[in-house]
Amino acid sequence: MRTLARLNLALMSFLPGLALAAGPAMDATQKQPINMIAIGMFLVFVTMTMGITYWAASRTKTASDFYTAGGGITGFQNGLAIAGDYMSAATLLGLSAMTYGAGYDGYIYMICFFVGWPIILFLMAERLRNLGRFTFADITSYRLNQGKVRTMAAISSLTVVCFYLIAQMVGAGQLIKLLFGLDYNIAVVAVGLLMMVYVTFGGMIATTWVQIIKACLLLAGGTLVMILAFAHFDFSIETLLSKAVETHKKGIKILAPGTLLADPVTAISLSLGLMFGTAGLPHILMRFFTVSNAKEARKSVLYASGFVGFFFNVIAIMGVTAIIIVGTDPQFFEGGVVGGKIIGGGNMVAMHLAKAVGGNLLLGFLAAVAFATILAVVSGLALAGASAISHDLYARVIMKGTATEAAEMRVSKFATIGLGIIAILLGILFEKQNIAFMVGLAFGVAASANFPVLFLSMYWKGLTTRGALVGGYLGLFSAVFFVVCSKSVWVTVLGNAAPLFPYEQPALFSMPLAFFGAWLFSKLDNSAEAKAEIEAFDDQYVRAQTGHGASGAAAH
Amino acid sequence: MNDAVTARIRKNPKYHQLIATRGKYAWSLAAIVLVIFYGFAMTVAFNPGFLGQPIGDGLLTKGIVFIFSMFVFFWILTAVYVRRANTEFDALTAEIVDEAWKESRK
Repeated sequence: MRTLARLNLALMSFLPGLALAAGPAMDATQKQPINMIAIGMFLVFVTMTMGITYWAASRTKTASDFYTAGGGITGFQNGLAIAGDYMSAATLLGLSAMTYGAGYDGYIYMICFFVGWPIILFLMAERLRNLGRFTFADITSYRLNQGKVRTMAAISSLTVVCFYLIAQMVGAGQLIKLLFGLDYNIAVVAVGLLMMVYVTFGGMIATTWVQIIKACLLLAGGTLVMILAFAHFDFSIETLLSKAVETHKKGIKILAPGTLLADPVTAISLSLGLMFGTAGLPHILMRFFTVSNAKEARKSVLYASGFVGFFFNVIAIMGVTAIIIVGTDPQFFEGGVVGGKIIGGGNMVAMHLAKAVGGNLLLGFLAAVAFATILAVVSGLALAGASAISHDLYARVIMKGTATEAAEMRVSKFATIGLGIIAILLGILFEKQNIAFMVGLAFGVAASANFPVLFLSMYWKGLTTRGALVGGYLGLFSAVFFVVCSKSVWVTVLGNAAPLFPYEQPALFSMPLAFFGAWLFSKLDNSAEAKAEIEAFDDQYVRAQTGHGASGAAAH
Repeated sequence: MNDAVTARIRKNPKYHQLIATRGKYAWSLAAIVLVIFYGFAMTVAFNPGFLGQPIGDGLLTKGIVFIFSMFVFFWILTAVYVRRANTEFDALTAEIVDEAWKESRK
């Protein structure tokens, strides 16, 4: 059980979007000598993306341009951008490290991350596009009380964004300290400042293109390392596996499930959290509003899942080749002791592999890509957070729809700068903090607060404002409560003897609570407003199904 | 949003045919994915040894081949859905919306 909990903790930190695993591996992060090639390549990336931001700024005139790139992104471009949002530095470094250490369990994790995408396509993509405009609260508040439902959606969006941002910033600082040899605080400030520039000036257009470029670099870099490494084994899976089994201290066991999902409750809770957390992350949901119609939204998921699925398999091969190439080379171990502690911690396996097969040049390239990855993900998060503040809270709740577009955009830019400053401060404040539980929280809250209300608002006629509010807040607070009472916070952070809640993953418990609360309080709601809201469903359903009346739809 | 158009769409039998057909199709595909995936997750939890058995004479295990097949198969399902939704269903949708507009102009 203890091993399981530890594994879980390590695993939570590998969630996509999170910069880099926290935990023991990261605590040992040592500042490395300054890596000029990596810094040089990163500067090239920054220059290029700054150029794009400058170009994007000239095209960002309306609120629609700012929030959703004017709906002018194609399905293919958006697919790349979604893949970029999903394939973070954690995916590359964390999952390759996991395959290196635990073999098959790493591959299990990858399929868990992947399987949410087909479900999102079948059940959500089309309706999201047809009903939404700038934020997912547009959908949940479509026929419900604008002020109350948007306030709730904004609170849970900002909660998710903040926990995610902290995790990203802390991870960014540690990764950069490790890869570039820069000071932690400098790294955090640099990420925060660059993000502010991209988002405030270039809005969604710049954010999307930064994400697209980064996705291409990551795909290319990862694939190149994989091919060079796989060539050592003549591209034969049999040869590769036999050498890996021979080398790995767990031997043949690396080809079968280990201890990872041995506990069914954890297994189900985790996969629920991953699957539906993804479908409740504000920055991912927002991507569905950047394309012109449902057709392109569907294509986005097709391309995104293709790239993500391909890349996971690349990472799996990287992890296995690293068992032999990195695992037997003394230069990658502290003090040159093979089998000892890996220099820079377990998460550096992919980087060491790049160096082993492509020298310092490839290492520098991959390091620069990892930094670019964090920057792009942070930008997407900041934009999602800023739009919750400006579009939901300011324009709809405070100004009740009377704010001018210019004023709304101004607020969103200030909100971005505010979020950037908060992110930098939190990043510095939480440097020593174990960031795994924040990611657990982010996914737990997304799956428990955002997803149930969003899903019911699209599928269940009977949902009323009261039900949505109870369900949403219940999901939000129960997810936070369960994580706080779990071992990773209650014991590890707060120093208590035993956890109040025996599992690390809240989703299996908080998601049903949210659904139940929403159902019960909708049923009990006999007010006149509730009747009107239920009445309005059929018209909403027409729009969800046909796109008639959808924003950006072709005018007749 | 033109309420007259929406009302006409709601009255059109083709609209009900569209949501029934597409809904059934989408839920069936989702059910396939969920059953296979959670079937796999349960095997990992309750019978991990099965997944560790080799396929044939080599080292490749059932578990490795199974996950790889899921990646490929689930992606093919997304392609299959996108293909049908973007052609057949979208054509039907366009037809329904156009008819409603024409009728509301009369």
